[in-house]
Amino acid sequence: MTRIEKLFSNKQKDICNIYFTAGFPSLNDTEKIILTLEKAGADMVEIGMPYSDPLADGETIQQSGSVALKNGMTLQVLFEQIESVRQKSQIPLVMMGYFNQVMQYGEEAFFKKCKEVGIDGLILPDLPAAIYEADYQQLMKDNNLNNIFLITPQTPDERIVYLDNLSSGFVYMVADASVTGKQKDISNNQITYFERIEKMNLSNPRLIGFGIADHQSFSTACAHANGAIIGSAFIRALEKSGNIEATIYDFIGMIKNEKVGV
Amino acid sequence: MLEANLDQKKYDVDEQGFYGEFGGAFIPEMLYPNVEHLRKQYLEIMYEPEFQKEFRALLKDYVGRPSPLYFAKKLSAHYNTKIYLKREDLNHTGAHKINNTIGQILLAKRLGKHRIIAETGAGQHGVATATVCALAGLECIVFMGEVDIERQAPNVARMKMLGAKVVPAKSGSRTLKDATNEAIRDWINHPNDTHYIIGSVVGPHPYPDMVARFQSVISEEMKWQLKEQTGNENPDTIIACVGGGSNAAGAFYHYLENEKVKLVAVEASGLGNDTGKSAATSVLGSKGVLHGSRTLLMQTEDGQVEEPYSISAGLDYPGIGPMHAHLIRSGRAKVFGSTDEEALHAARFLAKMEGIIPALESAHAFAVLEKMKFEKDEVVVVNLSGRGDKDLATYIDFFKLNG
Repeated sequence: MTRIEKLFSNKQKDICNIYFTAGFPSLNDTEKIILTLEKAGADMVEIGMPYSDPLADGETIQQSGSVALKNGMTLQVLFEQIESVRQKSQIPLVMMGYFNQVMQYGEEAFFKKCKEVGIDGLILPDLPAAIYEADYQQLMKDNNLNNIFLITPQTPDERIVYLDNLSSGFVYMVADASVTGKQKDISNNQITYFERIEKMNLSNPRLIGFGIADHQSFSTACAHANGAIIGSAFIRALEKSGNIEATIYDFIGMIKNEKVGV
Repeated sequence: MLEANLDQKKYDVDEQGFYGEFGGAFIPEMLYPNVEHLRKQYLEIMYEPEFQKEFRALLKDYVGRPSPLYFAKKLSAHYNTKIYLKREDLNHTGAHKINNTIGQILLAKRLGKHRIIAETGAGQHGVATATVCALAGLECIVFMGEVDIERQAPNVARMKMLGAKVVPAKSGSRTLKDATNEAIRDWINHPNDTHYIIGSVVGPHPYPDMVARFQSVISEEMKWQLKEQTGNENPDTIIACVGGGSNAAGAFYHYLENEKVKLVAVEASGLGNDTGKSAATSVLGSKGVLHGSRTLLMQTEDGQVEEPYSISAGLDYPGIGPMHAHLIRSGRAKVFGSTDEEALHAARFLAKMEGIIPALESAHAFAVLEKMKFEKDEVVVVNLSGRGDKDLATYIDFFKLNG
C-alpha cells in the first residue's frame, strides 16, 4: 500500500493536494515547502519536475519551471531533496512531469529511484495509456508507485472507465478544457460534468484540479469529489511571498477557510 | 492519383501510428478526443472522391501544380551527373508548405471546425495557412515565436494582410518550438471548434502520416515526370533538406519501399556540429518525446529540450519527424549536414548556374552536391522546396550585395 492509498483509506473527504514546482522560488525550497504544507494541513503534495516544454501547463507553471531550471534544478538534485524530506515526513508525495524526462533518465531507473527516495505516485500527462499498459504498468507496480491518469470533460465514458482501471491511488479530474492556471468561477457545465463522474462509481478516489484557486472553488470541488488539487494559485502566492512559511499558512487557511498554523 | 495505401510496409506508419520505434501520440488527455477524432477520420475523409476532386482542383488551379521537374543542365555538367530539380519553389506562396495546408483546410471544413490555428518558424507555413484560411473563409490564428516575429517581419505582414492574427509565443526560447507549444496549448483550451494545422511531419499521430500523404503529391508527380523525361520513373537518388521534414517526406514518399532509390536527408549543421550551434538532430539528438511523438531530439542529459541553431529558420527545430527518425536509424535514408556557410554558397551557386534563387532551407540540400560522388548517368533529384525571396536580407548581408 502506498501512502496515497493509506491516506484515502483514512480520509475520503476534503483532501487538499497542493502542487508546487520544485526549484521555485529557490533551488533549495523543496524541503521547506513540503514540510510547511504538511504542518499547515495539506494532505498530499504534488511535486512538479520543471520542464522546458510543459504542454499541459499555463503561463504560471511554465514561468515557475523556467525559474527553477535557471536555479539549477535537475532530477538528481530533486531526488536528493526528496530523500531528505522523507526522513522527516510521511506525507504522500506525487511527482508530476513529462514523459521525456522519465525516458531520458531511463524508465526503469526512474521508477526504482522514485521508490528508493519515497515517492508514492506519478502523474505523467503525456504518457499514453496504451503504452503505459504495455510497457510500464508492471514496472511501476513492482516499485510500489501509483500511476494517476487524467480525465477531462471531453473524455468519453468508456475511456473514463478504462483510465480508472489503469489508474491507482486516485484519478485526476481535469475541471475544464484548459491548460493549468486559468482563473474563472466553476460553471454549471462543470458541475454537470462533476456530477456525471460522481455517478459513475469509479474504482479510484477522485481529485479535481485545474482552476481551483480559492475556498469557493475548493469546496465546490470537494462537494463532488474526494478533494482537489491546487497548483497555479499556490505558485502565484509563492511568487509574491516574502516569507514562504507564512505564505503557506495563509494560503492553506484561505483555501480551507479556517485558521491554520502553529 | 493518391491512393489509400493501407498495406503494412517497412517504412510506412503502422496502425498504432509508429514508424518502427518512433511516432505514436504522446499527448495529454485534454488533446485525446481531438486527436482521436482526427485519427479515426483522416484517411476516410482524405480519400473520398469529392475531397480528392476538390483537393486536386485547388492544387492545379490555385497552387499551380504540377510543379515542374527541371533538368538542370549546367549544374549537371558541373557535377558530371544528371540533376533534376523538383520546383516546389514555384508553388503559390513560394514553397511546398501549401500542399499540406490546402489538404488540411479541406479536412478541417469536413470536420466542422471553423477556427484554425497554426505554428510557424520562418513564417512560410504561417503564410500558407493564412492563405488557405482566406480562401476558405475561416478564422486564422498563427503562433510565432517573439524572436522570429522580429526577424521575419515581411512574413508577419503577409499573414496579417491575409487576415490572420499573429500571436507572439513568449515562453521558452520564443522560437518555433515554443510557437508549437503555444499552438498545442491553444488547442487544449479550444477543444471543440478548432483544428490545428501542423506544418510539418511532426506532432502526434496521425499528423506525421497525414502531412506526409498531403505532401506526397511531390513524389507522385516526380514519378510520371521522370518517366516522361528519362524513360524511368525511378531516380537513383533523391536529396531533400530536413527540419521537421515535410518536403523530404513528400519527395521520398512514393519511393520509400523501393530501396534501389537512395534517399538523402540533409540537416542544418549551423556553425558546425561540434560548436553547440547546430540543428543536426539525427547526429546530436537522442530518443525522446517532442510535441507528441517519440522521435529524435536535441536534449540535455536531464531531458530538457535544447535550443537548436541554424541560419535557416525553417530548419531551426530541435526534433525531426518520426518517419525520418526511422528512415535514418534504419539506414534507409542517408544523412548529411550542411553548415550555414555551405548553404549560403550553394544558394549563390544555384542562382548563378541556373538562375534560381533558392530558399535557405533548400540551399542546404544543394550544398551536399559538393560532398557526394555521383555516376555520370545517375539520375539525381533535388527537391527545391522553396524560393529565396524571404531570405534576400540574409543573402544581401552575407554576399554584400548592397554596394
